[in-house]
Amino acid sequence: MSKPRRERRSVVAVEAVGPYALVRVERGGLAPGSPGQFFMLEAPGRVLPRPMSLCLAPPGELAFLLDPVGPGTQALAELEPGDSIHVFGPLGHGFRLDVDRPLLVGGGIGVAPFPYLSEALEQPPAVLGFRSEHHAEAAVLVPHAEIVIDPVLVTEAMPTDRDVLACGPEPMLDAVRALCPDAQLAWEAPMACGFGACYGCVVEIDGELKRLCVEGPVLCSS
Amino acid sequence: MLLLNASGCLDALTAPDVVAQLDAFVTKTVTPEARQGNPPVRIAETEHGMLNSIGLANPGRDVFLRETLPRLADTIDKPIWVSVGGFCSRDYVETCEQLARDDVACVELNLSCPNVDEAPESAAEIVRACREVTANPLYAKVSPHTWDMGQIVRAVEEAGADGVSMVNTLRGVALDARLQAKLARGVGGYSGPALKPVALAAVLAARRATSLPIVAMGGVQTGRDALELIACGATHVALGTVLFTDVDAPSRVCAELVEEAQRAGFERPDDAFCVALDAVAKLAN
Repeated sequence: MSKPRRERRSVVAVEAVGPYALVRVERGGLAPGSPGQFFMLEAPGRVLPRPMSLCLAPPGELAFLLDPVGPGTQALAELEPGDSIHVFGPLGHGFRLDVDRPLLVGGGIGVAPFPYLSEALEQPPAVLGFRSEHHAEAAVLVPHAEIVIDPVLVTEAMPTDRDVLACGPEPMLDAVRALCPDAQLAWEAPMACGFGACYGCVVEIDGELKRLCVEGPVLCSS
Repeated sequence: MLLLNASGCLDALTAPDVVAQLDAFVTKTVTPEARQGNPPVRIAETEHGMLNSIGLANPGRDVFLRETLPRLADTIDKPIWVSVGGFCSRDYVETCEQLARDDVACVELNLSCPNVDEAPESAAEIVRACREVTANPLYAKVSPHTWDMGQIVRAVEEAGADGVSMVNTLRGVALDARLQAKLARGVGGYSGPALKPVALAAVLAARRATSLPIVAMGGVQTGRDALELIACGATHVALGTVLFTDVDAPSRVCAELVEEAQRAGFERPDDAFCVALDAVAKLAN
């Protein structure tokens, strides 16, 4: 695994993708890591950085798709080209790529790690669910995606005979797990540090509270 | 001056590179029994700091002594301070009894975690009981929730403490958009930049009351912050929340501390020891 590094990186651009923001920064000496791993991004004016999975790794850049819903993500979405922020990663465990018949299943901003994952898996099929046509504009980043819009759910549209790799809100992940017990699921939790120091991001795994940043964020559901 | 981490703000086994920048490592608090800690959500950012309600998650004393401590000693090349917690005086005493080992440099009694029920005994009573069973250097980590820090510090000194650590987090609450507590437990410990003035005042009050070594912490983000604590009477400085956001913080703070001391007219950081004591005393009068 690539050793995480913390570097101050320049912002190349912030692009709107539907209601989301694609924050592109210079890569510098940072390794992109494997799909599903994440980086801690300094959120200007905030005390804590924000964990974001890598969305794209174009040459010389790292790009993160985020939903500007709170003060930290809004500060990140308001960055201008030439601004710089600290970026720390890659962190955590990403998706296992040794799958025979991959299917990406995503909901909302859970689409974030899929462009990079799709590339690594040679553009497998994807089923993506969004709450509106506007949000669904993010599907442009993922090749071979079937889109469903609320109230249709991804679990109504996805075949169940595939190796599922999923990312999305908790109720969606629970529903996917019920259909595909072996699915790889990327979870989310509030994090202060991202590298196992704060014990803030615990989730219950096999009856024990474990640190999602160290054990995950991708967990095998079975 | 030594630079340490605040207990619970660094895992040496997952981040030995950070520990390598410190002068000594303080463990997460060890309790007699294993603890999962409080249910999530257990952290929340606020405008000028963060709340945590981790709740002393740890593997328990037996596993700590048998597995964690030997692994720590193998992994890091720094003195290990063990933070000891409990729910009654006997909990602390029994752990202290088992810490007479070569791999333990110092014992810090956590007498002030805001995220668990407190022991019924006073800080001084627990220090006195532990003093009887350990020859290790014994530090008492006290709470900022007091109007009379001097009285507490004098009491733990008289009970046999070799030093005091301050401040632990302040009790705090954060509400979400629906005006409900963000933390599952409701209340948490408040840390981060907002804590610095509280820490400065606590260290000043403690330094007026004792000549014991003081490990000072609370909101240190920069070398300047560390220098201010030294000026108020800190012997050593510990980093807490900043370690979550900057894995290079110890090296950076050390370098800045030397520069900031010189900018303030002191050849070395330690030359600024207690220089704020007189000035603040005059103002207070």
